[in-house]
Amino acid sequence: MPFNLLVLACIAYVAVLFLVAFLAERRAAMGRIGWLRSPLIYTLSLSIYCTAWTFYGAVGYAARSGLEFVTIYLGPTLVFVGWWWLLRKLVRIGRQQRVTSIADLISSRFGKSNLLGIIVTLLAVVAATPYIALQLQSVTLSFGAFANGTPEGWALPNRDATAVWVAGGLAIFTILFGTRNLDAKEQHHGVVLAIAVEAVVKLVALLAVGAFVVWGIADGPGDVFARIEASSIADWPLQPGRWVGLMVVSAAAVICLPRMFQVMVVEDGDEKHLARASWAFPLYLMAMSLFIVPIAVIGLERMPSGSNPDMFVLTLPLAEGQGALAMLAFLGGFSSATSMVIVEAIALATMVSNHIVMPVWLRVWPRAGESGDVRRIVLLSRRMSIIGVLALGYAYYRMSGGSSALASMGLIAFAGVAQVLPVLVGGLFWRGATRVGAAAGLAVGFAVWAYTLFLPSFGPDAVLSAAVLEQGLGGIGWLRPQALFGVEGMDPLVHSLFWSMVLNLTAFGLFSILTFPGPVERMQGAAFVNVFDAESAGPQGWARGRAEPEALLIMAQRILGEEPALALFEAEARAQGKAGYLPDATPDFVAGLERRLAGSVGAATAHAMISQIVGRATVSVEDLMAVANETAQIMEYSAELEAQREELTRTARQLREVNEKLTQLSVQKDAFLSQISHELRTPMTSIRAFSEILTEGDLPPAIVGNYGRVIHEEAIRLTRLLDDLLDLSVLENGSVQLNIGLANVQQMLDRALAAAGHTRPERAFLVIRDLPAENIFVRTDADRLVQVFINLISNARKYCDAAHPELKITVRQRGGRVSVDFIDNGSGIPKAAQAIIFEKFARLTDQTRAGGAGLGLAICREIMVNLGGTVGFLPGQAGAAFRVTLPLRLDRKAA
Amino acid sequence: MSRFRRPRAPLFLKRQSYRRRRLRDAARMLPVLGAFLFLLPILWSPGTTEKNDTAPDGVYLFLVWIGLVLLAAALAPGLSAGAEDDDQGEER
Repeated sequence: MPFNLLVLACIAYVAVLFLVAFLAERRAAMGRIGWLRSPLIYTLSLSIYCTAWTFYGAVGYAARSGLEFVTIYLGPTLVFVGWWWLLRKLVRIGRQQRVTSIADLISSRFGKSNLLGIIVTLLAVVAATPYIALQLQSVTLSFGAFANGTPEGWALPNRDATAVWVAGGLAIFTILFGTRNLDAKEQHHGVVLAIAVEAVVKLVALLAVGAFVVWGIADGPGDVFARIEASSIADWPLQPGRWVGLMVVSAAAVICLPRMFQVMVVEDGDEKHLARASWAFPLYLMAMSLFIVPIAVIGLERMPSGSNPDMFVLTLPLAEGQGALAMLAFLGGFSSATSMVIVEAIALATMVSNHIVMPVWLRVWPRAGESGDVRRIVLLSRRMSIIGVLALGYAYYRMSGGSSALASMGLIAFAGVAQVLPVLVGGLFWRGATRVGAAAGLAVGFAVWAYTLFLPSFGPDAVLSAAVLEQGLGGIGWLRPQALFGVEGMDPLVHSLFWSMVLNLTAFGLFSILTFPGPVERMQGAAFVNVFDAESAGPQGWARGRAEPEALLIMAQRILGEEPALALFEAEARAQGKAGYLPDATPDFVAGLERRLAGSVGAATAHAMISQIVGRATVSVEDLMAVANETAQIMEYSAELEAQREELTRTARQLREVNEKLTQLSVQKDAFLSQISHELRTPMTSIRAFSEILTEGDLPPAIVGNYGRVIHEEAIRLTRLLDDLLDLSVLENGSVQLNIGLANVQQMLDRALAAAGHTRPERAFLVIRDLPAENIFVRTDADRLVQVFINLISNARKYCDAAHPELKITVRQRGGRVSVDFIDNGSGIPKAAQAIIFEKFARLTDQTRAGGAGLGLAICREIMVNLGGTVGFLPGQAGAAFRVTLPLRLDRKAA
Repeated sequence: MSRFRRPRAPLFLKRQSYRRRRLRDAARMLPVLGAFLFLLPILWSPGTTEKNDTAPDGVYLFLVWIGLVLLAAALAPGLSAGAEDDDQGEER
């Protein structure tokens, strides 16, 4: 295949990527985001984990060490399958705090410390540089593979020139689509979609080559199985240390690699997408790894010995004469390399500009936040950083000469970024982790990694002299880079990982325990660790009222742009109920603005810029405690409120009951009035009628006598009614005069029975008494008590409907009280009526039969109240039964 | 009467919430299970044996892998559906 065609294909492919990115940006700009933010795109964008290292290097790795290569994908699989542990929290924090990079996350967690941001940035740049070089190298190698494989024998292109072209093209793409907007949360839709397309291309390419190998060259899976058994990597030389170590380091890397963090947390941090990716991304990784071993085995079998196994994916189809497939494979490799470099460059540029360039710039021109155009400068610094990062990668590539095996370079980078993991996890789950501890852990881990792995990787006498490698620093055997503290015989990678992690963790833990965190640190620590407890991040810590809203607006305009800043301020002003664009600079608003700015320039820079306006000393531990106290007071206050509320409820209930009673009383009063007028009217009517007749004269004396008697009887009835009413009113008022003296119950009952005998004298009534038991002397008003007895006995005589009526009178003395029961054998009183029989005018049967006004029992009740006793219906007897109870001695006159 | 009564989280949960909690437990256990199965080949010590074990062990690893993917896929919808509801009651 002519080289020009290859270059043409490359350019066409890149043009397609530009187009895809451009269309996606335009679509997003029109607000039609839709599927641009979907779990599918999210998962595909995560696939930048699979770089050219995977695409080419994995086969080489498998050809050298058998199945060991899968550890690089098993680690991330475990991390994603276990997303509920860590990734979910990471993504939630990233969204809540508007995190722009992993350096920003660490810096933000530990009190917005820029020092930590710088350390992580440096670590990331140092670790990423060889990795970027690796991508450039793989692209040039793949060009070279095509050159070697062509029968035309065109001149081998200049490798360095290829690398320069690739690096330059990537820089342009990244700058064009990666620095469009400042706010990291305004996602780079174009870049993400381009990466997703590249993810599909590399997967399809690798699967195509794999399928060709399995079904084209070999004879299906069974044959491949047999060929693996027969190959030189048939016996799997598993080294337990490396197996575990590589899985750990790749698991750490998938979280901490700047580019992974960029696509996983910064670009599209959404828990729903993450849930989908938790299985879809491992599936992608598995698909990518599926044909690695078959390709390696067939490559070892087919290719001439001495050919580079790292290039089998490309050279195998070429050697088999499959030009189109080779082209696809080439594009797959190209995709892997370019997507990684683009995202890595964006991530690193954000970190460099936010944590190194901007702080320096703000220090040199302290008032710049209020006067200069920060937006332009941040974007410029980002663009310069992108160029710088790619230039570094290129320089490294030139320096290293593109010789070392791809896989080892990738692993060194992994071990480097893994140094961030302890601080990251510690910061997310341990509130006691402090800034000093984090700095110490990172610095120690970084140093140990560099000394034991990174610097020796350049070979003896490159950076570290051969003498240091052999005898240790300063001739101290303990400090030999690859046998630290005398630990020999370990694999260099595992050795470095082991010591760097152990020392990193020790320093982190020890210094965290020994130091005391500052107030901002404690606030941030609480907000991060308890991110799921409350959506609001707790106390904000900006003092009230010290900031000038206008100054804040000017600064926000410089960073966010004029329109978005105005919109933000106006919305806040409206939320505060103010007109215009200037809200009050409440602590909440300032903190929200800070988070918003942090999305553009990082937490530390945003904090520093706000501090310039609000005042340096933002918050002290005492302030924090005061806020906490305030909260406690508010809680106490609300508890008090609740208690008061309960009391009010109780009072209201009582009031309601009283009101009901009053209403009932009013109804009763009305009923009483109408009843009494009725009662008075009936006799009055007959008296009037008869007296009218009498006045007319001319009547026989017999009739006159008769009429006169009627009038007399009616008058008596009226008088009795009025007497009763008077009596009742006197009794109810409690102004009754009691004539208290000693009286015998038996005598009183005798009197009552005699008096009651006048009522319906025609009825024969059997009275059952126990005379000895009645022989009790009580101190009371005998006449009144007899009145009650008469009433009860008359009632029995009147109402008892039995054929052979009986009345049983039982007297008991219990304690200081005497009870007298009157029980007849009639049909009793219906249950519904029992409640009202003591009310005035309550009559169960019709009036004529009773012949009374219905005041009898009401009077009885009032008398008994005045005598300090009670009269009540006695349930559970054969007929109607009443019990009168009274004290043996009525000492004082009842009120 | 206690004046400082605070609403306390319920000790027992409705069936649906209970299931969601256990689903989360399962999601937490899944990586542990995966790690165990992935580290199991160490115990077979294929490095020291004479046997040709790349192919069968590779098949084993890929089977475990696809199993994990399937399990995670089965758990994910339930987890993300309940994610918004009751984050506070995480530890019960």
